[in-house]
Amino acid sequence: MNRGFRAGASGTMPGLAKQGLAMLGLAMLAGTALTGATPAQAYTVYVTNEKGNSVSVIDSESMAVTATWKVGRRPRGVTTSKDGKELFVCASDDDRIDVLDTSTGKVVRSLRSGPDPEQFILGPQGNLLYVANEDDSQVTVIDVEKNKVMAEVPVGVEPEGMGLSPDGKILVNTSETTNMAHFIDTTTFAVIDNVLVDARPRFAEFTADGKLLWVSAEVGGTISVIDVAARRVIKKITFKIPSVNDEAIQPVGIRITKDGTKAFVALGPANRIAVIDAKTYAVEKYLPVGQRVWQLAFTPDQKLLFSTNGSSNDISVVDVAAEKVIKSIPVGLLPWGVAVSPN
Amino acid sequence: MPTHILLAPLALSLGLCGPGLDAAFAQDSTQPPGQASGQAPSTEARPAAAPAIHPSETHIGMIYRPEPAPSSYDAEAVPEDEGVAGARMAIKDNNNTGRFTKQTYLLDEIALDGDKDAVAAARDLAGRGIRYLIVALPAGELLAIADALKGQGVTIFNVAAPDDRLRGADCRRNVFHVVPSRAMQTDALAQFFTLMRWRKMFLIVGPQENDRLYAEAFKKAARKFNLKISAEKPWTFGPLAKARGDTPTRSEAMVFTRGLDYDIAVVADEAGDWGDYVPFRTVDPRPVAGTQGLIASTWHPTLETWGAAQAQNRFRRQSGRLMRPLDYQAWAAVRSVGEAATQKKTADPAVLAPYFADPAFSLPAYKGVSLTYRPWDHQLRQPIIVVQPKAMVSVAPEQGFTHQRTPLDTLGTDLPETTCKFAE
Repeated sequence: MNRGFRAGASGTMPGLAKQGLAMLGLAMLAGTALTGATPAQAYTVYVTNEKGNSVSVIDSESMAVTATWKVGRRPRGVTTSKDGKELFVCASDDDRIDVLDTSTGKVVRSLRSGPDPEQFILGPQGNLLYVANEDDSQVTVIDVEKNKVMAEVPVGVEPEGMGLSPDGKILVNTSETTNMAHFIDTTTFAVIDNVLVDARPRFAEFTADGKLLWVSAEVGGTISVIDVAARRVIKKITFKIPSVNDEAIQPVGIRITKDGTKAFVALGPANRIAVIDAKTYAVEKYLPVGQRVWQLAFTPDQKLLFSTNGSSNDISVVDVAAEKVIKSIPVGLLPWGVAVSPN
Repeated sequence: MPTHILLAPLALSLGLCGPGLDAAFAQDSTQPPGQASGQAPSTEARPAAAPAIHPSETHIGMIYRPEPAPSSYDAEAVPEDEGVAGARMAIKDNNNTGRFTKQTYLLDEIALDGDKDAVAAARDLAGRGIRYLIVALPAGELLAIADALKGQGVTIFNVAAPDDRLRGADCRRNVFHVVPSRAMQTDALAQFFTLMRWRKMFLIVGPQENDRLYAEAFKKAARKFNLKISAEKPWTFGPLAKARGDTPTRSEAMVFTRGLDYDIAVVADEAGDWGDYVPFRTVDPRPVAGTQGLIASTWHPTLETWGAAQAQNRFRRQSGRLMRPLDYQAWAAVRSVGEAATQKKTADPAVLAPYFADPAFSLPAYKGVSLTYRPWDHQLRQPIIVVQPKAMVSVAPEQGFTHQRTPLDTLGTDLPETTCKFAE
């Protein structure tokens, strides 16, 4: 369902969304006329600009920035509520999480996140937010409706990556200086195990079946694939790019398709996204993107993938099926995180 | 004056030793079974004489000599805890990770007063069972400590002495160098000048021995990267950078740069006595680099990439001031022990001592790449930041400088050139 049309039908559409709808409609018509195929659904893409203290809002169909929203200082991690009506943004330097109304772009409230929130992940019920407090060596669990801290879990030095098993039972946090993936039971909020990975783990991503966990190591230059039940590294994926120093290959963001066939890994200052066969772990391709690529996000239909390119201040758009970069879009200063609306 | 001995109870302020974890402390220890549960290690600072070291704790010693307090107002005064504050932060980092690996670390600090004997302090620490020693002292004292502790299974980390001889003729098997050598520092600058196509250098050399050594290292770097020393003069005008602003300008200091053909002035003034006097006082408008102006360093307040911002914040919160290069170097030394212990799953010195120089050991240290120790001279390979007082300018190795092993080996003394031979 097209987001613009639904907003229109509900009759509560503010001016900004109306404009978006008009543009969107035109773009859709044009797209249909040109290709004759069913147009991709239009989603809204949100990009945090770490040094711009803002969120760039992009329409996935027109691939244009439609708005720039002011948020707290040093915005990094970003995610949407399950219904897409709210946007959560880690305002790291303000030690809080800003909650924005996605229909107005205004910060409507802020959550008590604990110090220096960097990345977070929303629980499957949509009310619990698990936050990595980078400067404070802990994970904070927040009830987003009550704005209440439910638990604080001590983890390693510089916690960052946050992954949640599909059933929501196991939370994984990676600590960048301790170099571990900490497995946390989400019912007891206790650390149940720690798996040592390579240097500076930045991101944790479960496969859709919940059996495997992929963890990137930025300085180690590898992806560790961890058997979740055995809590053991079963495979290390390495990268080799002609004409790129091994030192510049710094894996950060990871996204795996729902069908479990394909994985995309952002390689930092190598300025490329690796495309990996998620079954054989063979690296099949390197897609050239902007400079210092860190975070990745799919559209819900997984037709498009967006990457934040911090040094070139833009995002790249990847056609997932074709495995091709189709566009780059300038955003604010030092883009860090990216999230896509669910509808 | 007595030597200050502080047994910093840092590990304990973190509350790491709560019930439940203790049993596992015994992992790599000879802890008697009776102590294996329910009992946290002592949290009190011990008196200097107490030799007992809990077997599951790893004590790391640090010997340094605090700078005497400045006599009057000094905006850039060296803090009294320079270096040791970095070691303290690394102990906390080690202990944070240690919660999951069941390892505990403590820092045993010895601040030397005046001419207090460094060797006696080192022997004292070794006698108490300490097997990792951070030394922030000049080359002579470092060597004396290394030789005094030879064969005792103590690994020494040099965090302050940049002398090339410590990586060459005077290298020691029991010493690892975290601080970059003068060769690495001057190579970093020379690479940047090459990148900028600044080919002609005017070298100004201070009166002290360290200045002569710095100038010598720079001349080698110039030869290595095909730069020209088009002029060289000694600095003979005294510590003008430390003179008060209302001191009349010395006319001979103003004119001694006259009539020279050069692209950039390179000052060799490790003590910081006069180098800062040169910028904006050259007859021809020329930039200044070397020990002042544009410098090569391990750390700087403007470094924020590769996670450095987190270390800067953590340090500032702990110490109430900005992190300095010596703080970073001491941090990296203590973290070398912690990281090796995590990787080998033990803090046993017999296991770790040979592991530091193993290519398999690498230290992530906010430089974007893992750092390793060169097996041939025990120097830590590392990117060097090229930085002016208010901003990062570049990072060496510069793009385009390649090496069969790693670009990091374009900085400093490479294997074919080394004169280091470790005695058995």
